[in-house]
This record gives sequence, structure tokens and C-alpha cells, in this order.
Amino acid sequence: MRASFPHMGNIHLLMSDLLERLEVEYIVAPPTTTKTLEIGVRHAPEFACLPLKITVGNFIEALDTGADTLLMAGGTGPCRFGYYAETQKRVMEQIGLDFSMVTFESPAAHPAMFVKAFKTIAPDKSVLQVWRALKTSFAKGRCFDLLEKRLLQLRAYEVAPGSTTAAYEAGLELMSKAKSREQIDAAYAEALALLDEVPLDREREVLKIGIVGEFYMLLEPFVNFGVERWLNEHDVYLERSVYLTDWIGPSRRNPVLGVSDADVGRLAHGYLSHHVGGEGQATIGHTMKYIEEGFDGIVHLLPFTCMPETIAKTIFPRLARDMDIPVLSFVIDEQTGKAGVITRLEAFLDLLWSRRRAKGGVRELVAS
Amino acid sequence: MLGRVTERETRPMRPTIGLPQALVYHKYFPLWGEFFSYLGADVAVSGPTDKRVLNAGLEAADSELCLPVKLFFGHVLELAQQVDFVFVPRIVAVEGDAFTCPKLLGLPDMIGALGERAPSLLSETFNMKRGMRDFYKSVYKVGSVCTDSSIKVYRAWRSGLRAQADYERQLLGGVTPLDVLGQGIPEKEPDLTIGVVGHAYNVYDRHLSMDLINRLRKSGGRVVTGEMLPPKVIERELQRLPKRLFWSYEKEVVGSAFHFIHTGDVDGIIFLLSFACGPDSLTQVLIEHEARKTSKTPMMSLVVDEHSGEAGMATRVEAFVDMLRWQKGRVC
Repeated sequence: MRASFPHMGNIHLLMSDLLERLEVEYIVAPPTTTKTLEIGVRHAPEFACLPLKITVGNFIEALDTGADTLLMAGGTGPCRFGYYAETQKRVMEQIGLDFSMVTFESPAAHPAMFVKAFKTIAPDKSVLQVWRALKTSFAKGRCFDLLEKRLLQLRAYEVAPGSTTAAYEAGLELMSKAKSREQIDAAYAEALALLDEVPLDREREVLKIGIVGEFYMLLEPFVNFGVERWLNEHDVYLERSVYLTDWIGPSRRNPVLGVSDADVGRLAHGYLSHHVGGEGQATIGHTMKYIEEGFDGIVHLLPFTCMPETIAKTIFPRLARDMDIPVLSFVIDEQTGKAGVITRLEAFLDLLWSRRRAKGGVRELVAS
Repeated sequence: MLGRVTERETRPMRPTIGLPQALVYHKYFPLWGEFFSYLGADVAVSGPTDKRVLNAGLEAADSELCLPVKLFFGHVLELAQQVDFVFVPRIVAVEGDAFTCPKLLGLPDMIGALGERAPSLLSETFNMKRGMRDFYKSVYKVGSVCTDSSIKVYRAWRSGLRAQADYERQLLGGVTPLDVLGQGIPEKEPDLTIGVVGHAYNVYDRHLSMDLINRLRKSGGRVVTGEMLPPKVIERELQRLPKRLFWSYEKEVVGSAFHFIHTGDVDGIIFLLSFACGPDSLTQVLIEHEARKTSKTPMMSLVVDEHSGEAGMATRVEAFVDMLRWQKGRVC
């Protein structure tokens, strides 16, 4: 058996760590490229959301490079994601691929199925061993997230372009090698120090933007055209509403973000007073939080036809008017091009700067 | 913050309550119609969809939404001027182990986002996942716009349930909601039986479906739909899926499609879905996969959106019907 899994941001670091601990043979699928997207679009249903199409592409490329067992997460709805695995399985069976698929259902909703999935991929590991491996890998994953969060906050101030990104990547490298809890703690401290040593221009005036939306769009740089890096490098301090371990973890407290699901419900109340699956309510809740904290604007990313985020997008015009906050929504599908996204972002930043100037004295808008 | 009004002082003695003829209307109108009438409210139903209603919806709703939800906006706006409240329930779950659709979970909030244009909404959350007690509480809250007597609300609810049961019995007897509403035409010596599957709000909206049911009847088809199948049959068919679906209305669509695919009771199947429907984008794969696997009964998927033209639809339906006749060996 050789397992593989789809890409989504740094998930391959977390999954590799976990599978190594469980002594499961695996390969990391080729990185997501335009070719992956083309394969996915060719086979996946026409108006399914973009993440489904790309992960089908990842799976097919993984099978081409020698995998035979595909690992996928399940879910209990109402977001479509919970039925991805079943759909992908049929799509790939229809084109005659030979593989087996193991779906990890939510441990809270279906504990027995969750355990069974691990028994399938690692038959000689006890439940206790699996639990320990999960716990350690998860702790490591959380460190990856915290580093990323720090990166988004610092990069806007860097003196030398690319220096923060380089330090972050070096930190990830260090972290990846760490195995035991002690090593992980030490590597995390070292990685954090690397980030903090990057020379910064603290006097630089920056915009503060909250980036919200659907988790795959936020976590996967291939589909969001690396907007985070682009924004950071155009003097924008960023906070993001989704982190990987918060999202896959069973806890509702979201330790990386520091905003629990209950907080989100409270913040969104009045605009979106019920959860609608996926990150719909989180998108509205975090937006309200960013507004409270005096952010300059909100960037909202969603895949075309995404149900929860389309609901949020419907609510944004009213919210933006009530709260006097600029919101820019990007609906992304396989036709979306980088140039269009960047042009709109540039215009958005111009708007935010001029609003700031109007509010009372900040630097003159300088064409760069 | 939302246009939700339940304050006693503002309650008119005999409120007019608007029911939009969209989304869950075709499913539950006898229940809520009877409920509000029993309580002494005037019930106003928005007219059947026409171009004007659709355009109002397209203009007011976000462009990324699915067609039935856009249409719902149109119906709500039509009622806005005529009624005291528009009834827009938040139907989260109608059974313990499944949701309805995310869009129904967020429906009152989306309508509320219309701001000043939004009418006063009568909206409560109905969530069977939280149990019957919670469900009844919501029923009482809705009823309290008409009366202070909980006994009266209870009686109204029972009366509504009886009307609903009666309606569902009629449907099981082989008629469609269109016939009950008086919008259906009689069959014309049908020589073909065609199974139509899809969401009630698509199939029975004559404008959105471009009158699919009547069109099939005119061309000599007898139409059977999912509403005519007992829940037991649907449930049995769903056992074919390794993982249970978590959307109640999709379960009905998939269950009835599977039934038609496997029993061969019908000569052909038409699956009507609207563009950008989230759940249907996946269940379409399940249904088409099943149809291909068994390949007993021909099936056609029809996807409609606001740009669909009637001519294109008519041509495809005619061609499909001709093909079915040819296959049956009646026309050469």
C-alpha cells in the first residue's frame, strides 16, 4: 500500500509527519499546478466548487506517480465538502482508475469510523499509538500555523523584500525535521527566533486588512494567486480567519486564532444568526472582529458556487454599508486569472489609502 | 437588527401573512396556509413566477446565488408592499440526521440584508436536530403573531398537519403539486411514462422549469415524480449509497431517481436541476453514475438558469421523447 492525499497549503507537512509516525508508506502528490487544475476540470462535475476539481486533479496525479490508496476527510454537512470523497471516488472510478480510498470521518460524529480508517492504513498500530501520533503531529501542525500567523503580521514591515518569507521557509524546514515533543518545542523556538531576527522597519505605515472566506481558498496559495504575499509586500498587515489545525481539529476553541466558534456566533449575530456550514458564519464573525479592531478593509475569497460563502457575500453589502468598511469579494473558479485579481487589489489598496488620508492625516499617496 | 418583528404592540388584530410561492412552498403550503388561516390571519400567496418576479429577484439577489433563491427574493419583494409579515422560516433540519440546504439555513439573513427594502419578516428557526420540544417552541413563536393562546396555536398546528397529510396522500395517489394547485393540464392518452426528478421548487415552478410537466403531458407522456413515492421506497433506494446523504431534500431527489433507474417502471427519466445548485452538483454525479451502471432506462439531465431559452429546452425535451418512443418501437 502506498498512500497519498490532496494538497492544501501546508497540509502535506502535517500529513507526512503523521504517516511517518504511523509507519505508513506514502508519497506526496506532485505540487498543484495548472496541469492539476486541467485534469480536475476535465473529470469533475461542471458546477462543483473549485476545491473538488483541484483535489481530483491531485488524486489522479498521485495515482500516476505510484500511489494506490487515497486518503480523504469526510464530514457531516451541510457544506458539500462532507460528500467530496464519495463524489471523487465515483468520478475516478468512471474513468477506470484502480485505487482504494480511505475516508476519515469526524472523530466527534463517527468515532468508530474514524478508528476504523486508521486500522485500514496502519493495521499494526494500536488505538493508543494512533492517538499519540495524532497528538504529536497536531502539536507540530499548530506550530506551523503559529509561524504562518506571525509571518502575515511581520512581512509587511520587512526591510529586504523576501527576507521574511525566506526565514519562514527555513523555519518550516527546521520544524519538519523535529520528531519528539522536545525537538518540536526547540525547533519552534528556533524558527520563531529566525522570523523575529528579520530586520524590520517598524516606522513604516501599513494598512490592516482582514482576509476571510472559504478555507481552501485561504490556505492554498495556488488558487488564491499568493494574495497574502502580494498584500504583505504592498505594505499590508494581514490577519486571516482560518488556520489549518483550527479547521481540522475537533476543538471549537480555535487556539491558533484565539476566537472560538461561540465567539464567532456572537459576533455574527444579527447579520448571520445561524451557522450555514463551512466558514460562512466565521467569515461574517471575523469581519465584525476586524472592524472592532479598526482594520482598514476586508478581502473575501470564495470558490464559485460555494454555498456558505455565497450567503456571506449576499450579506456583505449591507454589513459594509452599516459598518462603513470596504469589502472586496473574489469569486474564484478555473477561469480566474491572476492579472484581474491583482488589478482589483491595487485599486482596493488605493481606495483604502485615500480613506485613511481622508480620516485625518496620513502619508500622501505615493505612486511606486 | 434584521427586519424581524414579534413585538406585541405592533401586532395588527388580523395580520396579513405573505407566503412566497417559491422554495419550500410546493412542499409545505397546505401546512402553513392552514396554520395561519386557522389562527385568523389573512394569507397572501405571491403569484406564480413570471418574468417580472424573476427579474426583480435577479436584480435584488447576489449574482452568485442559485436560481431558486434569486426567485425567492423576487417573490418576497412582490409581497413586501401587500402584507404585514412575510413568512421566511429558517428550516435547519426536518429530521434528526440531515440538514436541508445551507441556503435555507441562511435565508432570513439573506433577505434581511436587503435592508430598507426588506419587508417585516416572520421568521423562526426550525431544527429537528434539537428535538420536538424545540420545534414546537418555534411553532408557538410563529403562532404568537396571531394569538396569545397556546392552545389555539396547538390546534392550528394540528389542523395544519392534517391538511399536509391530506396533501401528501393526494400526491402519493399519483398527482403532482401542480394539479393540486390547479396549474396542471390533464394527460392526453399517454403512451409513455416519464419520471421527472429534481427539487420541487424547480420542477413545479412553471416559469423556471419552462412548464416541463405540462409540456411532457402535451406530448403524450404520463409524468411520475418523487412525491408519488412512499418515504419507505425512497429510504430503501438510499441504502445503495455507502455514505448517507446529509441533505433531506437531496435524499428525496436521489432516492426517487434511483427508484426510477432500477425498477424500470418508467420509459425515461428527466433530471431537472438549476445551475449553481451546490448539492445537486454532487448528486448529479451519484445519479448519472447509477444510471450508467444499470443502463436500463435512458436519462437526461436538464440544467436551467436565468439565461435558459425556452426553444432550447423544448427541442431537447422533444428529442428525448421521440427517442423514447423510437426505443419503445412505436414510431419508426
